[in-house]
Amino acid sequence: MTRGTRVALALCALILLAVPWIIGNEFYVNMASQVLIYALFALSINMMLGYGGMVSLGHAAYLGIAGYACILATLAGYDQLTAAIFAIALSTLAAALFGVLSLRAPGLGFIMITLALGQIVWGVAYRANDLTGGDNGIRHPARPMPFGFDIHDASSFYYFTLVVFLIALFFIRRFSRSPFGASLMGARDQPRRMRMLGHNVWLIRWITFVMAGFWASVAGVLYVNYNLFLSPHAISLQQSAEILLMAILGGASTLSGPIVGAAIITLVKNVVSTYVERWNTLLGVIFVVVIMFMPHGLVPGCTQAWRRLRNRLRRRKTSSGAASELAR
Amino acid sequence: MMAPALELAHLSKRFGGLPATKNVSLSVMPGERRLIIGPNGAGKTTLFNLITGDLTADAGSVRLFGQELTEMPTQRRVHLGLARTYQILTLFPRERLVHNVVLSLLGLDRRRWNPWSILTANGDLYASAQTALERVGLGEAAERIVAETSYGERRRLELAMALAQKPKVLLLDEPLAGLSQPERQRIRALLDAIPRDVTIVMIEHDMDTALAFAERITVLHYGEVIVEGTRAEVVADPRTREVYLGD
Repeated sequence: MTRGTRVALALCALILLAVPWIIGNEFYVNMASQVLIYALFALSINMMLGYGGMVSLGHAAYLGIAGYACILATLAGYDQLTAAIFAIALSTLAAALFGVLSLRAPGLGFIMITLALGQIVWGVAYRANDLTGGDNGIRHPARPMPFGFDIHDASSFYYFTLVVFLIALFFIRRFSRSPFGASLMGARDQPRRMRMLGHNVWLIRWITFVMAGFWASVAGVLYVNYNLFLSPHAISLQQSAEILLMAILGGASTLSGPIVGAAIITLVKNVVSTYVERWNTLLGVIFVVVIMFMPHGLVPGCTQAWRRLRNRLRRRKTSSGAASELAR
Repeated sequence: MMAPALELAHLSKRFGGLPATKNVSLSVMPGERRLIIGPNGAGKTTLFNLITGDLTADAGSVRLFGQELTEMPTQRRVHLGLARTYQILTLFPRERLVHNVVLSLLGLDRRRWNPWSILTANGDLYASAQTALERVGLGEAAERIVAETSYGERRRLELAMALAQKPKVLLLDEPLAGLSQPERQRIRALLDAIPRDVTIVMIEHDMDTALAFAERITVLHYGEVIVEGTRAEVVADPRTREVYLGD
């Protein structure tokens, strides 16, 4: 890690910590929590998309399974921590099963199976009235009180989310730089060669699928604790597609890309929708423009543009230096 | 008697109605240098793909030191000591050369499952990779990106990745394809330096190098073995001429 990135990281951490003070307004602090939750979703899908080259259109399934499981366990009288652990375990187990089914087919087949599985979860949530409340949704009784801290108000919930988010970010960052991460990226670029080098490509992809499901489940539990409500609308295909778009917009295969993408889409959705009725159109326009000029997403695109600008400035400096030399 | 390093028995493969490999049987003894020749479309690369498990055979069996491989997935065969290079370069073009070799070493290392440690902190892997690159004369180029290297250097990287795994049986699919004369000399010297505990099966069109290198030769034609024997036998056989010069 160079000194520059270390300073940048410290600065980011400070800003994240100071968000409630800087903003002050409860509405916007809540939105910051929402950005973090979606950023975690986008980071988790990017483990598959960016590092593994696997496009999933069913990522909202884990929000659904973990979310409903968390609410139902709480309603059944279990304490908050047990409910959360149960929800994450159940949803990760579902990811293990979905992974086996989805990885039977490569490429387009994979996308279609994940899409179908996501729609099955949505359909069950929609139809199982007694369990999920159907179209009307279901209320989550209360936010948890981890270790006796009250996290009912906006800024304490924000800090709680921030802690979970930073833990996840740390693990996912390590993952991306690990031998396993390198094997995953190798399997993305040259699956046949990787097999011939002794790597079990199927297992590498399946383990990644389950890990991505785990972190999405964690985000799902945060989501229901934030909204205190869950309905089938929250786990529809649109949700899965939005999570995918966040990762692509910011730049899959980078660590910060999905976070940037999640921030932009969440802000456009919440802030712009109060002024503009057709915010979906605006989102579409943003997406098209970014992909046109930065096909690899915002973060890689901006890094490249910055590098180019710096090189040009440097060149101008040296060429003007040379010119003055000549003039002398 | 010692079990052959590689033994194929009645191996067959069809693509639709087209037979690509027809009832091929051959055995290669440990330490042997075997050359497989045949005109384009004779089924040489298909044969390699059947040995590695990239393709599954319709009938017949593949054995490595007496062990049955036929039902085994590719990566398990690699763990038993099989390695290959590709005729069409199959590398990781956006990565550094040393990373390519590290991926090769990881394939046989338990650490490949570790999602927690930092890859570049595994100094011993990088040291072994560096040694493997030096062996093929790419020690200086270790930090360069594959896409920025020359074709000849990439061919040598293919070889380094296979050799780094210390295979028992090495399949070389046209290691000289597309190379200039000096580069060919270089690869030839590298091949000659491979120790005798490695059994080598090679497909090659460059007859000067191939004939100098091989001890036994198998001629394939339309998926079938037509001639097999020592260098002198095969060269003298009229069927060899027939296949190469036409009827």
